Order: sequence, then C-alpha cells, then structure tokens
Amino acid sequence: MSEFSRHEKTAAIDFSTKAHYKTKVFPSPFYSRQEPLNHLKEWGRWADYLSPVAYTCSAMEYFACRNACAVFDLTPMSKYRISGIDALPYLNRLVTRDVSKINMGRVGYSVWCGDDGRVIDDGTIFHLHENEYRLCSQERHLDWLLTNTAGFDVTLEEETHDVAALALQGPTSCATLRKMGLEDVEGMKPFDIRYFSFENTQLMVSRTGFTGDLGYELWIDPEHAEILWDRLFEAGEHHGIQAMGDEALTLLRVEAGFIQAGHEFMPAHETVRSSHTRSPFELGLGWLVDFKKPNFNGRKALLTEKKSGHRYNLVKLDIDGNKPANDSYVFTTKKKFVGTVTSATWSPSAKASIALATLEAPHGKPGEEFLVEIYYQKELKWSRVMARARVIEGVFYNPPRRRLTPPADF
Amino acid sequence: MTDTRNHVVIIGAGHNGLVCAAYLARAGKQVTVLEAAEQPGGAAITREFAPGYKVSAAAHLLYMLDKNISKELSLEASGLCFSQQDMKTTALAQDGNHLVIAGDSLQGADISSKDQAAMKEYRRFMDRFAGTFNRLNNRIPPRIGTRDSSDWMSLGKTALDIRRLGRDDMREFLRIAGINIYDVLQENFEHPLLKGALSMDGILGTHLGPRSNNSVFCALHRLSGLQGMAIPRGGMGAVSDALAKAAAKAGATIRTSTAVTRILMEGDHSCGVELFDGEKIAAGTVVSNADPKTTFLGLLGARNLEAGFARKIQNIRMRGNTAKLHLALDGLPEFSGLDPKRLSDRLLIAPDMEYVDRAFDNAKYGEYSVKPVAEITIPSLQDDSLAPAGSHVLSAVVQYAPYQLKAGWQEEKESFTNLVLDTLAEYAPGIREQLVHQELLTPVDIEREFRITGGHWHHGELAMDQFLMLRPVPHAAQYASPVNGLFLCGAGSHPGGGVMGSAGRNAAQAVLATKQTGGE
Repeated sequence: MSEFSRHEKTAAIDFSTKAHYKTKVFPSPFYSRQEPLNHLKEWGRWADYLSPVAYTCSAMEYFACRNACAVFDLTPMSKYRISGIDALPYLNRLVTRDVSKINMGRVGYSVWCGDDGRVIDDGTIFHLHENEYRLCSQERHLDWLLTNTAGFDVTLEEETHDVAALALQGPTSCATLRKMGLEDVEGMKPFDIRYFSFENTQLMVSRTGFTGDLGYELWIDPEHAEILWDRLFEAGEHHGIQAMGDEALTLLRVEAGFIQAGHEFMPAHETVRSSHTRSPFELGLGWLVDFKKPNFNGRKALLTEKKSGHRYNLVKLDIDGNKPANDSYVFTTKKKFVGTVTSATWSPSAKASIALATLEAPHGKPGEEFLVEIYYQKELKWSRVMARARVIEGVFYNPPRRRLTPPADF
Repeated sequence: MTDTRNHVVIIGAGHNGLVCAAYLARAGKQVTVLEAAEQPGGAAITREFAPGYKVSAAAHLLYMLDKNISKELSLEASGLCFSQQDMKTTALAQDGNHLVIAGDSLQGADISSKDQAAMKEYRRFMDRFAGTFNRLNNRIPPRIGTRDSSDWMSLGKTALDIRRLGRDDMREFLRIAGINIYDVLQENFEHPLLKGALSMDGILGTHLGPRSNNSVFCALHRLSGLQGMAIPRGGMGAVSDALAKAAAKAGATIRTSTAVTRILMEGDHSCGVELFDGEKIAAGTVVSNADPKTTFLGLLGARNLEAGFARKIQNIRMRGNTAKLHLALDGLPEFSGLDPKRLSDRLLIAPDMEYVDRAFDNAKYGEYSVKPVAEITIPSLQDDSLAPAGSHVLSAVVQYAPYQLKAGWQEEKESFTNLVLDTLAEYAPGIREQLVHQELLTPVDIEREFRITGGHWHHGELAMDQFLMLRPVPHAAQYASPVNGLFLCGAGSHPGGGVMGSAGRNAAQAVLATKQTGGE
C-alpha cells in the first residue's frame, strides 16, 4: 500500500439495487396520482424522470400557487447524502460559502465551482443531523462529489431515487399542512427543517421552495409517496390545492428572481467552451463566496477574478410593454449590443414584462436603461419591437408572507 | 533565532533536494533539509548490502548530471571523482558473439557495414534531438495562457530550439518524438542484437515496451545529458555526498533520520512541517523533494487542495516496473565468450526487440517478465572501495517487475529472484557458485526504502503527457504549487528523473523569483 492510500476513501454506493439503467425513464413514485390529473398528457423529462410540463393549464397552476397552494413533484431533484466526521470540512471545500453557518436543522443555499472558479451548479444544503447533510441540485453530480471525497473521512450516498419529495407552495400551504395534522408547523421559520411522524414513517418538512412564496418541501420514503399525496390533497381540498407542472414553476421562479442551471448559466461540467461558463460573481452570487475559508474549489481563481474584475453582470429587467422578451438581445440606448435575456415572462403578479439578463460588465447598474429587441408573432406575422427596459434592484415579486412566521391562517 | 520568512525547509535530501538547498543557501536563504533516511542522497546513495560489499542502491550509472551544477557547486572540489567514464556498452549475445557499442561505432557480432553506417547517422540525429531536450532541461517550463513575459520567452525559446534544427531534422524530430522506438530502430538497422540493445534506451525505468508510444521520447530524455556514462568513485552516493558538502558549505543545515510527516498550513499558505516526533518547524517556504503524490496527497492532504487539482495528482502515472538486483560475488564472473576487459562495460541482456517486448507483455497483465531484460554493471572492477579484495559487486537494473504484481511481491519475490539469477546464468554460467549474498529490490521495496510512490524511479512516468508544462500536472509545473509557499523540486517536476539535478536547480530559481507574501 502506498503512503497516501490511507487518505483515500471509497464512497459506499451499492448500485446493485438501482435498476434505472434498465429503463429509459423513471415514473415518479407519485406517478399513479399525477397521471389521472395530467389532462394534457404532456410529460417532460427531468434527468431520468418523467416530469409534468403542465397538468391542465399552467396559468391556472401559477395562480393556484400565488393565491392558494400548489404541489410540484421534486423527486427528480438530485439528492446526495454526505455523512461522517468530515462531512462539514468536505462540504466547506466543495462549495463557496461557509457551511459551518448552516446550523443543524437548517437549510442553506450555495453554489459550487470547479478549480477554475466557474459554477458547476447551485443547490441547497440540508443540515439533517450531526455530521449528516443532504445536498440537492437540479443536475447530477455523482462523479464530481466522489472526486471530492479524496482525503476526507466521509460517506457519500446518492439518494435521488430513495427519497420522494413534493413542494407545497403558496399562501394556504401552511394551513393545508396543519389540516393534514402536522403540529406546530406554523412555528417553522424560513429554511427550518422539522421531522413529523406520518403514517408510521418519518416525514421531513423544510420551509424552502423555488417560488419566492410561502412554501414547504416534504421529503418521505417512496413507499409512502402515494399516501402523502392523497393526504395532502384531502387536507388541501378547501384550501385550493392544485398540482403544478414545470411551466408554472418557471414563471414563479423568474418572478422570484431565482437562477436556474441551463438558463442563467451553463453547468461547467457540461460546457465545452470554457468561456461560456460563469463565475458566482457573474451570477450576482458574490455574497455566497467566503474567502475567509482557507481552501475551497475555485478559491484561487475567484480571488484573481475579484482583483481583475468579472466579465458579466446578471440583472433583473423591467421591460416596457407586455411582450415576453425570451431569448432577446439587449442593447444600450445607443444600440450597442451588451447582452442577452436568459429568462423572461409576463409577470401576472408584478403586472410587468420581466426578465433576467446577462450583460457585459460594467453594464447593469440599478436604474440603467437598455433596449431589448423582442420578436413576436401574431397569426404567423412576425413583428419586432425595441422595448425600453431598466435594471431593477430587489425582486419582481416579494410578498411579506414569504418570511412571516407564523404564516397567516386560512 | 530563525527568521521564519527567510527560512526554507526542504523535504528530502535526494540529489535534487540537495541541489536546491545549495542554490537557495547561496542566495542567502536560511535552509534546512530534512531527510528521513540515515544518510542524505535519496535514491542516489551507496550502501552496504552484505558485510564488506557496497553498491549504488538505486541509480547505478551517471549520465545526466547537469554540467552547470557540477561547475557552479564545484562538486569536484567537494570530492566527486569517477572510477569509470565514457563507458562502452556490450550487448550480450546468447551465442557468445557479443556486440560492443562505443558512441557511434560498433564492433563484433558480425555487424554489417550497413548497420555501422546507419549507427553513425542514428547517433547524429538522436544526439541532435537530445541537444534540443538538453536546452529544455534547464528552463522553467512556460505556463500556458498567461500574459507573463517570462512564460512567452520560455515558450518562444522552446519553439525556436525545435525550429533551429532546420527543416529536415525538425520534420524528423516531430515525426519520431511521439512514436515508438521499435519502429524507429526497425527503419534504421538490421542486426537484432543491436536493435535490442538500443531499444533499452527507450524503456529503462519506465512502464513502456519498445512498441509503446513515448519510448523514443524516453530515449531522447535519457540521452539529453549529452555525456557518456560514468560511475562515481564510491558509487552513486559520492554524488550525493559532494552535493551535501556543497550545500553545507553554502550554509544549509541537513538533518538526517528526520522524517517529515505533515506539511503545515496557516490559512491558505504552508507555514512549515511537522516531524515524526511531533516537532514543528516553521518556514516561510516549504520545498518538497518527495514525489508529487507523497507531497500533495500524503504530506499535505487532498483536503488542502482544490478537488480538480487533487484528482490530477491522483491520476499521475507512476507504477514502477523496475527491480534492482545486487550480488556479492567471491570472484569476477565469467560471461561466455566475453573478453574480461569488457566486464567494466555496461552489459545488456536484451538479445532482440521481440524479446524485450515480450518481457513487457507480462508486465501489462500484472506479471513479472518470464524472460527479463537487464542492465548490468560490475562497479567493483574499477573501484576497490566497494568490495573486499578479490571479491566483486554486480549491480543490475532488471525489468519488468510491476509494482502491482497480481500474485503479490511477498509471495513472488523469491521466485523472481531465482528467475533473474537463472537468466544471468544463461550468460554467466558459473555465477551462482560465486554468490556470497544477493539482494533484490522490487518496486514495493523501492517504495519503502526510498519513499517513492509506486516505486517509480522517475517520480512519475516520463512521457509527453507528463513533461514540460504538464509535469507533474498543470498548475504545479513551474515548481510553485497551488498552495502558497509550497514548491516542488524533485524528479516529479520538469525535467524528470535520472541523477540530473536540474529540477532542483530550476526549483531554486522559481523559489527565488517568488515574492514572499508571508501571512497573506
């Protein structure tokens, strides 16, 4: 044995029980409940899972979330369990923020980078128990997370398929959970984690979400997925509960100003042209980079970037008119090209055409005005408008109930 | 009292560590060299392996020592002299019709005039290309993608060196540098024994066969010292002794039997080392002569590195495939058909290239060679300090002996030793009767004795993908590592292995060129 091998640890992953490679795509453990509700029969893909694009009408699903509550199936989200005495140092080397500030029973948001300081993905870190965390993200990262175990006494487990998860979001979400029998759920602060006994199993609830609204995420073993769905919809019947698909969620997350892999940034590991990747600074996430940590992936490159300046600014645009500005070019008022829109929508709640856009630095100061080139079609007739847009500070839609504890009862 | 910021700790007193120490001490640094073994020298040592019998325990021929170093550090004044220089090579033939290679001339073995002419041309272009390599050896490799003028200078000089070969030679250089030595020798020569012997230049000390890519590259690297083969008086340890004296004279402190167990960090920079007994030594700069895997994964720990860099270090190819055989003999061995005068040559057992390639085939599948190849010296012939009067020492580099032997070295070492002795006995039938003592070092033994991961003499395979700005890996190829204050100076860095010293000398330059940032 070589001298360094004592520092190597192979993560304990048993693939013998995982049969997903035999099927082209997984139905979610909630599939039997989703399928009858999916009147449109439009299924999208999220990694290896079927994921509804919309059940009936994405606008209705959106309004359910903003005015009552809506349920989104989170199961396809990548979930990794990190445990062992080095779980915290492992995560602190992996991600840019200081994970020691995420107390037990709390959730924190972070990004993680490669050595080049470019974002691989963003996601949430759940501090479940002592020396035990769950990392959740949209993309799959098993190889990178395993690579990161070298030199750490940690066990890394892929548990994407072992945990069924639902997001319950909207103003009546808390009331629905109380109705379902979750005692004192109203006492949970944003980013809190609590465990409840439910149908002879454990239900984990976190006050988290991707909608910028009051909301919770529910985590349970897949065997109890259907009963959870049933009990939730029973409890929510008089609270306007609806199932919601991906289209509505996108609308909600853009209103909340959340970034998404594949839209605001290319995950670094899936990017061929390295200049097309983004640093945390270029995504407006400099606040997540903690240089006080002596070592984390990308630290050296990010220190250099901090000194020399970054290339792009991610901004929120309020655009005149009502035409969604998807995929538009952004120009200065003197018509110099400065960037592109990465996500856009008409915001029913803000009553505005809104967009997230990547602009070449130093453009993008709050209040700065631009022209957005929007192409739109009416009955096959294309038109083009150069709409005025301005950079706004803060979030497009930010209801106080998002943070209120306890939330209002309904 | 020590000024910590000016204090440089060097981990390992191998020849590169000692060279680096000498240059840094001369430049005014306060230098402490820490060596785990009882004597300085690393894998360039002479030690007793049987009562009264001494041998160069690892490297046994000197052909690459940087002439600048000999001159600048006045190694002759420190006692370095040679028992043999400009050694010839004798390729042993099974039928006793041996071939003597002296530079570009060939004698014996009924060699054809065609081969003799081809040898002149072969040596001309190989020496010319080796000259290009030689110029690379003494240069800090360029970083790619920076705007730093020194990087551009270094890159430009490298390109210019290759272009300067002229149209025809440059084409030939680019054609053969990446291919295998089997093809190149096949193009040039007829005689199997000659081809077998020359192919050894491309594979000694590596995990390559004559048909492997990079074997021409290795041959050029081996020739890049631009000097004949020599044996220092007193064995290879004499080189280290002279270097240690030069380093001490320049003001460096060398502590032996002082193993470093850990490189210490303070914030994002290294701040010293911890010793086996718990003692901590503070230093503004830590320079490691240990191989890159030992340095980064063992002494520093992967957790102090960024993950992508740590993965690159883990992926360095350094599986040793070379064993070392030491025989204490009560008389001069007799090789069938060999003029005793030729016994002070470098003797090769490599009868033809197919033989060498078949020997490698075993190693590919985790087995030792059933018919091994060997490079043999009998240093006691010209140096009576190595063995009792009338007795002799035989030192042989033997291939292939894979580090990760399927059956395990614990079980197989004895049978391999016997097999090597049998192979020797095919050429020197009476050798077993002369045997007083024998020692075989497998790569596992080499790893243990010299603390080299995988027992790989060169601290990492010599290959184009692990050379220049790729050695050991990008972001550590200019001797500075990604960890502030931590440098490499061993054979794992450019220009690699062989008792050369250039890595140590280049590393000293890199240390001196780095602004001391201290506790930033």
